[in-house]
Amino acid sequence: MTGAATPPGFAMPLPGRPSPPEGPGQPGEEPFADDALVDLTAWQQQLAISDSLDRLNAELVGLAPVKTRVTEIAALLLVDRLRSRFGLTSSRPTLHMCFTGSPGTGKTTVATRMAEMLKGLGYLRRGHLVSATRDDLVGEYVGHTAPKTKGVLKRAMGGVLFIDEAYYLYRADSERDYGQEAIEILLQVMEAERDDLVVILAGYRDRMDAFFASNPGMASRIAHHIDFPDFTVDELVQIAELMVAQEHHRLSPAAHQAFREYLERRMAQPRFANARSVRNAIDRMRLRQANRLVASGALVGKDDLIRLEADDIRLSRVFAPDAARPPAAR
Amino acid sequence: MRITQGTFSYLPDLTDPEIAAQLQYAVDQGWAVAVEFTDDPHPRNNLWEMWGLPMFDTADAAAHLAEVRACRDAYPDRYVRVSAYDASYGRQTTALSFIVHRPPVEPGFRLERQEASDRRIRYTLYSYATGHPHGQRYEQAAE
Repeated sequence: MTGAATPPGFAMPLPGRPSPPEGPGQPGEEPFADDALVDLTAWQQQLAISDSLDRLNAELVGLAPVKTRVTEIAALLLVDRLRSRFGLTSSRPTLHMCFTGSPGTGKTTVATRMAEMLKGLGYLRRGHLVSATRDDLVGEYVGHTAPKTKGVLKRAMGGVLFIDEAYYLYRADSERDYGQEAIEILLQVMEAERDDLVVILAGYRDRMDAFFASNPGMASRIAHHIDFPDFTVDELVQIAELMVAQEHHRLSPAAHQAFREYLERRMAQPRFANARSVRNAIDRMRLRQANRLVASGALVGKDDLIRLEADDIRLSRVFAPDAARPPAAR
Repeated sequence: MRITQGTFSYLPDLTDPEIAAQLQYAVDQGWAVAVEFTDDPHPRNNLWEMWGLPMFDTADAAAHLAEVRACRDAYPDRYVRVSAYDASYGRQTTALSFIVHRPPVEPGFRLERQEASDRRIRYTLYSYATGHPHGQRYEQAAE
């Protein structure tokens, strides 16, 4: 922003933005000589990219294809920045993405992380996430859609626009639907403002495929299609441990084993929503733990409040003898 | 004659990155930014026409700059300004306002003296541009 052409006196630090790094040991913005050699690892550490990547790897369980792609994008942005220091300009890569996967596989979580990480890489200035669904984009009457969609896009500028269940935008069965208009505006802005905005679409795999089949322009404007795999039992148990720790609880060894059995049974049942089901199971465990403590009438210590017992999970309907038939609602 | 209204008007015209930086400051203060345009540059003309609605809930100045550019493209021969409104209680007024685009030629003002009773003189400003009808003012001035 404060280029060399600006006269002295006008090069003020911008409020709300980090001032350009200065001083020894920091990468300045002066160009490198043609024969300079750069240590990429040190460079990466200076830009605090490895921090956000490490956090992504540590806090998200499983999701190998997602992590691979994120690492690739980070490497590309890093190398691009380095290239620009050598005077090799290339166009900014488009980073519109599409996340597909079953419910509860972490699409929204990764989108939030992606916004933070793209900000860390200097690709986005603000790094905030604006979530939108069909309701926020599509209007109710003629002429209502365009201002509505543009308003949401303006709010998302400088950050990430996350459109959950994007296929609801397009309804093939209704000719009078305004969803198509929203898609057209979206496409136009995705192309024109791609330096300032990253759009992430998310949804279930098969329905996203149908959506792209009827909107080929959308498919071609999205560079990264990332598929979120279902979690394995081991990964789900690991996720449960993280969630339990976040709530300041702990699973007793017996409860640990019981939870694994619970997951194996629950996964065989319909409407299993991966991490979301794990969260719901933990919430119900906390209910039963509270009930157990109140009903026991005994003296209660800090450890009793933290520990979740095997009984808290074994009382679940999943363990009931007639659990073979699908439950009405879960 | 270059008209001087609003903040920064004695400085050279701001470049787009400079405009974005000012608008980013306004956004960071929580002010709502609006784009306005006019072809009547009289200093007492406070009510310019609005280019769309004021922009609330925007986090980044890129959104405002896109609207400024769109307004410039639509009205290259008019004045365009942005104003930032501070809605906080106790202030509730325009906090920042500056011109971001000018017509290519600004013909300026004529000072008119009117002789009133008792040898008094009344002064008034007459903008040469307003001699033409609304919408045609700066096209003809540019010729």
